[in-house]
Amino acid sequence: MTFPMADVIVAQKLVKTFEEVHAVDGIDFTIVEGECFGFLGPNGAGKSTTMRMIQCVSPITSGKLTVLGMNVGERPREIKRLIGVAPQENNIDPDFSVHKNLVVYARYFGMDKEISTKKADDLLAFMQLTDKRDVLVEQLSGGMKRRLIIARALLNDPKILILDEPTTGLDPQARHLIWERIRELKKKGVTVVLTTHYMDEAEKLCDRLVIMDKGKIVAFGKPVDLIKERIGTDVVEIDEPTDDIEAFAKEKGWNYERTVDRLLIYSTCCEDLSETLRNKFNLPAIIIRKATLEDVFLRLTGRRLQE
Amino acid sequence: MSIISNISWMTTAAWKRNRDVFLLTWKTNFIPPFLEPILYLLAMGLGFGVLIKGGVQVHGVDVSYLQFLGPSLVAITIMYGAFFECTYGSFVRMHYQKTFDAMIATPLTIEDVIAAEMLWGATKSFINGTIVLLIIAIAGLASFPGLIFIPIIAFLAGLMFASMAMLFTALVPNLDSFNFPFYLLITPMFLFSGTFFPLNVLPSWVQDVAYTLPLTHCTDLVRDLCFNYFGTNDLISLGYVAVMTVILFVASIYLMKKRLIK
Repeated sequence: MTFPMADVIVAQKLVKTFEEVHAVDGIDFTIVEGECFGFLGPNGAGKSTTMRMIQCVSPITSGKLTVLGMNVGERPREIKRLIGVAPQENNIDPDFSVHKNLVVYARYFGMDKEISTKKADDLLAFMQLTDKRDVLVEQLSGGMKRRLIIARALLNDPKILILDEPTTGLDPQARHLIWERIRELKKKGVTVVLTTHYMDEAEKLCDRLVIMDKGKIVAFGKPVDLIKERIGTDVVEIDEPTDDIEAFAKEKGWNYERTVDRLLIYSTCCEDLSETLRNKFNLPAIIIRKATLEDVFLRLTGRRLQE
Repeated sequence: MSIISNISWMTTAAWKRNRDVFLLTWKTNFIPPFLEPILYLLAMGLGFGVLIKGGVQVHGVDVSYLQFLGPSLVAITIMYGAFFECTYGSFVRMHYQKTFDAMIATPLTIEDVIAAEMLWGATKSFINGTIVLLIIAIAGLASFPGLIFIPIIAFLAGLMFASMAMLFTALVPNLDSFNFPFYLLITPMFLFSGTFFPLNVLPSWVQDVAYTLPLTHCTDLVRDLCFNYFGTNDLISLGYVAVMTVILFVASIYLMKKRLIK
């Protein structure tokens, strides 16, 4: 069944409504085999709802959603057998030790105890948790719990791994370990679907991504292309700008944005641009930096808190 | 009926999860069903029972108060075993531990998970009921061959109480709300289901009400088997348990699905 670059998840006009609220409002996307595909967006954008529909735990309201060629409404058991899920919320079983958690979870896939015992040990080694094998899960740190959740998601050798905010709240060491593991899994051909709030994470890991806002997809593509198309290569940041500077930027037809305390000018030729500005105005602080995905994200979804 | 067709043998995997937790803490789990009947038999038999001089009649036969009480303790244990498990136990797993969420991300369906919870509740009734049965049998309050069938009754009636409990679990907003079914339903049943006194001493309308209660039928079945008796009334009680179980079982899964699948 595995063709090179086959479409593994396809959504067409996918809608999810909760009591009149369109949590997901008619989105289309195609995820191909072996890629790392990201869903970015502020809280409430509909990322997790989309993940839950892919996992077959939340029924779709309308549209079409297929996973590995199967319709989510028709063959949820088969789909769930082939995917691995690391949810946003830690729901590891507090009644069991680390290793027992994995063995019990493997049983939900109908795995034999002998096989799952060995598999659990392999995965604990993979996620660097071997030392904690027989510890009760409540004694684990936040980072260890996340790693255990990812280990658990890998028990059934999934074709698709769904990671819902895998590194939220973790220290840099733990984040880097998880990133290494995700890249390693990708090399083995696992398709990774990821949601995150961290733009650096998305830039580093995702081959392609969508940015969602208020239930809709507002941007789609490769991280570098998105940055190039929407922002340019660089950003000029001016601290405490005056209205004159803004008027000047407008007059010049530059692609700019004014925030509470900054003026951001997006461009591909920032050296010339800042030179022009320096000549015209008396500016103490001009910062030129590389454009990032965060610029794209904030540009598209707005700077106000979305809660 | 997709509720029934969505339950597969995989439900046993979810059941085994609860069994494994139970076995991890088995020492503490076995204390209540051992101690409670002994305490009741001592207090009620030696203390309270002494006041009842003439004994009690069961199916026209005079028996001692202790003989009357013994089977009731088994029936009460059956009720409490499943009801506690599928109210507080299930709610904690569903709401605080997110165990159900973790399970339905696997090939298990929500129907598998809820069915397993109720089957586990019935299993608790079976385990606890059988332990109490053992104690009253040692005390000479149950006889062969009738008592052999009591563990089966414990499981069946246990499934009825588990399904009833799950119905409340599907509806309550928080853990404290379980006070309502416990004080409005369980405690009245505990007292008025022919457990501590025969129902025929009550006004006839109260008797009629008592016969609508699940525990009355459970108590009758257990008591009759302890006395090696099985009559038409027991067939009716078995029918009651079967019908109630089916209705409550399906309704619980339906309401749980409504609560959890969004």
